[in-house]
Amino acid sequence: MVNLFKRLLNRLFKDLFKKKKQVKLGLYGPPNGGKTTLANKLCQDWLGEEMGSVSHLAHETREIQIKEEVTIKSKGKSLTFNLVDTPGIATKIDYEDFLKEGMKEKEAKIRAKEATKGVINAIKWLDDMDAVIVVLDSTKDPYSQVNITIIGNLEARDIPVLLVANKVDLKKSDIKKIQSAFPQYEVIGISAKQGTNVDAFYDALFKLT
Amino acid sequence: MLKLQFVPYNEIQDLNSAKRITKLLKIVKDEKIILLEGRLKSSEETELISRTMQEISNKFKGIELSVINPENKDSSDIVHKIKTAFLNMILGNRQGFTIIGPASIVKEIKQDPNKIELLTQEAKR
Repeated sequence: MVNLFKRLLNRLFKDLFKKKKQVKLGLYGPPNGGKTTLANKLCQDWLGEEMGSVSHLAHETREIQIKEEVTIKSKGKSLTFNLVDTPGIATKIDYEDFLKEGMKEKEAKIRAKEATKGVINAIKWLDDMDAVIVVLDSTKDPYSQVNITIIGNLEARDIPVLLVANKVDLKKSDIKKIQSAFPQYEVIGISAKQGTNVDAFYDALFKLT
Repeated sequence: MLKLQFVPYNEIQDLNSAKRITKLLKIVKDEKIILLEGRLKSSEETELISRTMQEISNKFKGIELSVINPENKDSSDIVHKIKTAFLNMILGNRQGFTIIGPASIVKEIKQDPNKIELLTQEAKR
């Protein structure tokens, strides 16, 4: 019964990607996980242009960014989607953290305000996604409630999810910890910055659909 | 001094999602750490994050949130899953605990499947 239901859902999502004109593929995750770096890599590889600016400072992406009609190809198949890069979801934002990074007070307060709006918008957009890539920093503890909440919400909405463990080029990277935190999902380890294992990531996008 | 407030599930079970979140946020904004019996729905957790973001100010920096759920995520026992889902539907999700603390007091909640560590901020003088 459960399997039958799962198969029905899978078929529904496959049909969705075949028939829907504008499929939205969202990039979600906590701040500084590398969502925009991955979006840039994807757009650079398939469109020859970047999507947004990246920074070591958290909350660099504070507005939803959309790149329309991205087509990727692999093994004779092609997949077209609208890529939606979202601000990192956080439960706290303190402008004083930006001051510590050398930002002026006025600038830090504006950044914090924009970041709060970004989180609200990212959550609002969850409902509009057809599939989501959750980008996690593999050097960080995956058992954070933000990660669990994002994934729990996607599950509740029956939105297909691909987990990406980013920053595998760094020494502290631990993909196994992410796999054990979310055993129900396939986890693809990549370095969006270095381009490590992105082919496996592109293949996984086809499986996701 | 840390103030901990226990919120039994009975206190929120008859409230709608918006009122639940308002109640919990009010306690957190009073600089108390909430120990809630059970957990919120996943949609309520995101709503809690959204409402927190709306209320962030120079004084209120946000929250730290963690759910301790004894249920084995990898459980493949379908009967157990159906039973749990049914009980949750009837009684609400009373399994486990939810910890919600003000970010000005709780620096980080480190969660492991079997333990939880609550790291507090150093008091500012």
